[in-house]
Amino acid sequence: MNVTELVEKATTRVKDFKAWVALDSTNLTDGQQLAVKYFTVAVILFVAQILFGLLAATQFIWPGFLYEFLDFNVNRMVHINAMVVWMLYGFIGSIYWLLEDESQTEIVGLKLGNLAFWVLTAAVTLVVLVYLLVQIGPGKDSSLWLINEGREYIEAPRWADIGIVVVMLIFFYNVVATFSKGKWSGIAGVLTLDLVALAGLYVAGMFYMTNITHEQYWWWWVIHLWVEATWEVLVGVIMAWSLMKLLGVRRKIVQTWLYIEVALMFGSGILGLGHHYFWIGTPEYWLTIGGFFSALEPIPLVAMVVHAVYDSGTHAFKNGNHPALAWIIAHAFGNFFGAGVWGFMHTLPQINLYTHGTQWSASHGHLAFFGAYATINIAFFYLAIQHWRGNVWMGAGIANAWRWKWALGLLNVGVLGMTIAMLVAGYEQSFIERAVEGSTWGGYFTAQNHPSFQSAMSWRLMFGLVTAAGLGLLVWDLLTTGKGETRKAQVITQH
Amino acid sequence: MNEEPLWASESFWKKVAIWVTAGSFLILVVLTLDSLSQTSAGGARVPAYAVINKKVDYQYQEKLHKSIPVIGEDEFLFGQEFSEEEARQLVDLGKKTSQAKNCMNCHTLLGNGAYYAPDLTKAWLDQGWISTELREDMMMKFLMAPEKNARTYGSNRKMPNLGITEAEAKGLIAFLKWMSSIDTNGFPYNFKTIYAEQ
Repeated sequence: MNVTELVEKATTRVKDFKAWVALDSTNLTDGQQLAVKYFTVAVILFVAQILFGLLAATQFIWPGFLYEFLDFNVNRMVHINAMVVWMLYGFIGSIYWLLEDESQTEIVGLKLGNLAFWVLTAAVTLVVLVYLLVQIGPGKDSSLWLINEGREYIEAPRWADIGIVVVMLIFFYNVVATFSKGKWSGIAGVLTLDLVALAGLYVAGMFYMTNITHEQYWWWWVIHLWVEATWEVLVGVIMAWSLMKLLGVRRKIVQTWLYIEVALMFGSGILGLGHHYFWIGTPEYWLTIGGFFSALEPIPLVAMVVHAVYDSGTHAFKNGNHPALAWIIAHAFGNFFGAGVWGFMHTLPQINLYTHGTQWSASHGHLAFFGAYATINIAFFYLAIQHWRGNVWMGAGIANAWRWKWALGLLNVGVLGMTIAMLVAGYEQSFIERAVEGSTWGGYFTAQNHPSFQSAMSWRLMFGLVTAAGLGLLVWDLLTTGKGETRKAQVITQH
Repeated sequence: MNEEPLWASESFWKKVAIWVTAGSFLILVVLTLDSLSQTSAGGARVPAYAVINKKVDYQYQEKLHKSIPVIGEDEFLFGQEFSEEEARQLVDLGKKTSQAKNCMNCHTLLGNGAYYAPDLTKAWLDQGWISTELREDMMMKFLMAPEKNARTYGSNRKMPNLGITEAEAKGLIAFLKWMSSIDTNGFPYNFKTIYAEQ
């Protein structure tokens, strides 16, 4: 078969697929059309995240699996990078989604926004290909510029960093110019300031340093101040807008809550950064400051649960998009348990001395990223699908409702199962490797070889497969839900 | 007419949000300036790179209830004394290699990274290198051909061959030795060094 035939065949397949999903982009505004592009890539990267997570989980059980072909460090890097990037894609998509509605005008700089999307997506594809095919380089600057920077979560090579900043600036321009042309609101103000911080912080992670203490100091500025501060506020913004749209909560209520959440989130989260400065060479005062402020970090998350559940309750859960509301509620609880409770459990230095660098962190990471960020993005995917099909009814009695319910159930059970398995492994490591054996290499492997650790890794893989099944069902449901639905969703008014 | 209580007022919480955020950030900036100056290489917490010429140990202090790095007499690396600049270059090569080889997505450094392989914070001092006489040679061989000199401790987990050159391996060892001299506030706890056994 020659190339032309292959291309033709591929084109026909794509056409068939488009005909099968039967989504009509004329139902969407310009901003929303850009948003669903971001959502589409987000879902693809979500699938990649889970696939590479499964490979890495398998290597914990069979270390010879893909040895010297796709080693653990490669799989793990793609696993966490795909996650960070799909969540960012989801957030950017969500902002483009709500931008025109919130500003009550058409998006400004759409062409540039579209261009930025394609540039970013091409860059992400290239970075992943280099991760997989080149993997590592010699100990030179060129490796850090072209292959990977070898810094957990922000491994993307330096050229991509610069590209990301440029794309973020275009995104920021779209947001600010649109609000300036249309209408500013409390939500718009918080969003804009948060995006300044989010983009600015990324720059803190773009430098090479010989001094590892300094390097990790700035590295945490990016990681922590993203996921435990600016991302949380961004989610607060998205949540505030969603509650108005899904339930008809009054603007004054959501905005007042948003300000309270910002105060609590930044008030605890900014200095809570100190819990990463316990053991990297930084001064001892961080034990006190980091311990105290990070212990307060769960408070805004409790506030968000109260906010979401109270508003849902007062509106009797009446809404036209059950899957989206269910994922919003999953977000409120997941954020509280994953980021709040699981974070608090090992945040005080007295316990962190033993849990630092063990599976405790992985346990917390899984539940927190899923609970806080995956959930709310999934809610937005459902919102997007509903409107992509022409604002169809997606409330009570929709066809094949079992799919979204099972997807919700399997994903939550899967992630929770992995979390508990890794928590067991983390307990065991803390006692045996850290407390008893004093963290030597011998102690490390004594803990890794322990039966409770080994069985925990098996359980983790099993629940990973449950998660993958849930994701498969979610993708199927997103592609098909609302197809052939003729009833329109009610227009929600604020009350 | 405004009968709304303060705690339910949107504008009140807006001001609180702004002041709390600005205040917290300002404190963070001040602490950052202080922390960076206290942790420059050559200070009390993070020694100068030429510390690789010295014996580095990590000893438990009864009074402090934690271990602290102890810098001793001369103990040259690769039988050579390095000037501060030469030492910096060697550590820099090692640090850069550790990033280019993506060590952090299997190992932890200062406890941060992935959990598939042991922590490297005090790897230079680990008893796994058997004796100080064998240590440098074992580390070189391990880094350059880990698949043949695997240290699996019965786990079957082997480091892959990462194409580390001799110069890079020396850099990595210098980097590990320098890192082991950083005052990490007692992390890891209860660690017995290669010197404790001798």
